[in-house]
Amino acid sequence: MKKGNQSPEQQAYLEKVKQYEPKSNTFSQCVKAFIVGGLICCLGQLIWDIGNNMFTFTESQNSGFTSIVLIFLGALFTGIGIYDKLGSFAGAGSIVPITGFSNAIVSTAMEHKREGYVLGVSAKMFLIAGPVLVYGISASVVLGIVYFLFGIA
Amino acid sequence: MSDFSQYLWVFIVGGAICVIGQLLLSYTKLTSARILVIFVTAGVVLTALGLYRPLVELAGAGATVPLTGFGYSLAKGVKEAVRQSGLLGAFTGGTMATAGGIAAAVFFGYIISIIFTPKTKK
Repeated sequence: MKKGNQSPEQQAYLEKVKQYEPKSNTFSQCVKAFIVGGLICCLGQLIWDIGNNMFTFTESQNSGFTSIVLIFLGALFTGIGIYDKLGSFAGAGSIVPITGFSNAIVSTAMEHKREGYVLGVSAKMFLIAGPVLVYGISASVVLGIVYFLFGIA
Repeated sequence: MSDFSQYLWVFIVGGAICVIGQLLLSYTKLTSARILVIFVTAGVVLTALGLYRPLVELAGAGATVPLTGFGYSLAKGVKEAVRQSGLLGAFTGGTMATAGGIAAAVFFGYIISIIFTPKTKK
């Protein structure tokens, strides 16, 4: 149903639904998202510092290393069922960090396990993460073409 | 080694970026998939405009760990690659810079999904 295309009855109904919707306290949700998101980023900084001091990676190596470790942790904690509990508490605080990206992969993949390992797990793991790659990589290609055409790089 | 104030910036900036996501979730009814798409694209655009790099210098992982940081890596990689190999770089740069993360997401995502089965939901 498109917006602005509703009969008065439908609008009245939507108004009524709104009254009964659980009112999520946006402010406290934001505080939770802030704390959990901030802590996940601090964990990332800790991994970054470990890469920097123990393995003496270059900057680009270290950013790869940090992403890989965080993605592994996000996947593992989704597998053992902890990340989704965190998610119901933290909202966007657990979705926006890169751990949320791997959470999206593992949770959708596990859900579709019954459909098999090829068309279930492997295909459906990108139900949410796929669009991120499509838009992210496409945006970077467009940007690269712009850099090339205008010689900005 | 980063000192305490460095971690404070990481916490503040990382937390603030998540709050933006939370506000989008609460007020716009966008699904989380759309929010992730918006964040990664915003990361590419903000980096192209030169606005994201200062945030990374200030807050380190506070700016690179949120999904906007994935966009930052894509944009940064493509810039370097175009400088080195021209138009070819427009296609290789972004994915090359994020290859580790993408491969980890595919590999660990697959392995973990096979090992574990979803917990029964309440």
